[in-house]
Amino acid sequence: MSTADHPLPVPMQTEILALAKAELRPRGAAIAALRLVQARFRWISTPHLREVARLLDMSPDDLDGIATYYNLLFRKPVGHHVILLCDSVSCWIMGRERLCAHLRETLGIRPGETTPDGAITLLPTVCIGHCDHAPAMLVDESLHGDVDVKHLDRITDSLRESHR
Amino acid sequence: MNLAVRPLTAMIDPEAGPPDCATYEQRGGWQATRRTLNGLAPGEVIDIVTRSRLRGRGGAGFGTGQKWSFVPKEPASERRKYLIANADEMEPGTFKDRWLLEGNPLQLIEGMLLAAYAIQAGHGVVFLRGEYHLACQRLERAISEARSRGWLGENILGSGFSFDIHVHSGAGRYICGEETALLTALEGRRATPRSKPPFPQTGGLWGAPSVVNNVETLCNLPHILVNGPEWFVGLGTGGDGGTKLYGVSGRVRRPGAWELPIGTPLRQIIEDHAGGMRPGYELRALLPGGASTAFLDVTSLDIAMDYGSVEKAGSRLGTGTAIILDDRTCPVGMILNLEHFFAQESCGWCTPCREGLPWVERLLAAIEEGTGEHDDLDQLARHGRMLGMPGRTFCAHAPGAMAPLASGLKLFAEDFAAHITRRGCPLRHAA
Repeated sequence: MSTADHPLPVPMQTEILALAKAELRPRGAAIAALRLVQARFRWISTPHLREVARLLDMSPDDLDGIATYYNLLFRKPVGHHVILLCDSVSCWIMGRERLCAHLRETLGIRPGETTPDGAITLLPTVCIGHCDHAPAMLVDESLHGDVDVKHLDRITDSLRESHR
Repeated sequence: MNLAVRPLTAMIDPEAGPPDCATYEQRGGWQATRRTLNGLAPGEVIDIVTRSRLRGRGGAGFGTGQKWSFVPKEPASERRKYLIANADEMEPGTFKDRWLLEGNPLQLIEGMLLAAYAIQAGHGVVFLRGEYHLACQRLERAISEARSRGWLGENILGSGFSFDIHVHSGAGRYICGEETALLTALEGRRATPRSKPPFPQTGGLWGAPSVVNNVETLCNLPHILVNGPEWFVGLGTGGDGGTKLYGVSGRVRRPGAWELPIGTPLRQIIEDHAGGMRPGYELRALLPGGASTAFLDVTSLDIAMDYGSVEKAGSRLGTGTAIILDDRTCPVGMILNLEHFFAQESCGWCTPCREGLPWVERLLAAIEEGTGEHDDLDQLARHGRMLGMPGRTFCAHAPGAMAPLASGLKLFAEDFAAHITRRGCPLRHAA
């Protein structure tokens, strides 16, 4: 099902080369290229990492040093949806621990894990700049603020629904 | 009228969305660009901004005009130079630049264009944090609109000056907000800070002269260049010029952000704008400008929120967004949360920071869990002194991390002691 072992599609290779060309040196496109791969495959597999490194004229280890450095680049498979629950100070004050406990219970996973059906990955994240609506979280690319337990249930239900 | 008192946010209307080029121009946008590109020499722009007393709004508070003055003076056509907008807003408790990015991206673009003209940089980059998806969309749209109307690109307004902007979306690492780490990130390397000198103004991105300015700093420029430096100085209430985006989060009635004269008293921000504490909660202490600023207690509520006054009170203005600690939240737990963040986000380049911050986190976790010893407090205080002093690490990450710890150890000495003697948290975070 996953295409993480397949070669990068040719149009994506072309796109990465174009990104590299727009930079003063190809490696300047490292993050943009890795984000491109992840947007398509949800995570960055080692075969894909190697291909990107080749296109950017970098060694795979050099590029992996970048891929593993960032919170939002995934070097392991993740679920169809990723919940990033803020764990920084304002959200902590406003009760994010309770939300995290609720998610652990209802999803049956700990932060860093994926539900067995592959629907949802739960991850902590640093401050997402929505502190006036703490506690806050990102569900994929959508921002949620003033989150409570009811809100969480609605969201996880709809994520599971869409996965089914 | 709003434009005169609240220049940064006057055009922001969350319901209507960001203004397009035509609306922006109708309401006074691009005026500064017209006047500057065809009427002022780059050195004159630097002089005006210096006289406006604009200081960096990202946290460090360095004079903007002064920062620019170190850039070599060749025209953009003769030397590759960069102007970079730092939109990597990742300081916990900070949510002000998002407002400007989402609300009026053209204002940032115009600010960048003016800064670039002043330092004669032909290349612009916005380093935007990866989590700001809406901001990214709106910024990209605004850039392409500005480009199609000739506000970006070759020979802008026939002035001979060329400038364009590229958006770099980050992938989530606090240290990228540090200006030299930001440059390293843009070069496709692990984003560790660099030793200075060379300073970015002479050897920055790809070795070229570069200036990194915060989003809010840049957004002030069109207004300064239209209304003049005296007007800008007049907006502030103390020694600093302009307005400031202040914010409050925590258990207040109306958490939020407001554009106010720089130097507005802290009490006024918390009581009038944030509506005071929620019923049943008392204000115990606060971090005035983000996670890396020292705690202030209620005796400091009457200080002016400007760079000098907050420093005199023992903290820093930082980003100007305050985080409130209430009387029902455990200060030890809060400091543990902060130090967990700093330990996780240490880039690992300098040994004292890489090894010291996790050590601090472990000690705090033990105290919070009830296995701490009195000696641990000495150990924490020692870290506060050793790591808190700038110069032991390449960047200000560790000193910033120690600000809430060192101040908290003093301010909450009784709470720390109670955790140790009573073998755990007496105020178990109630959520």
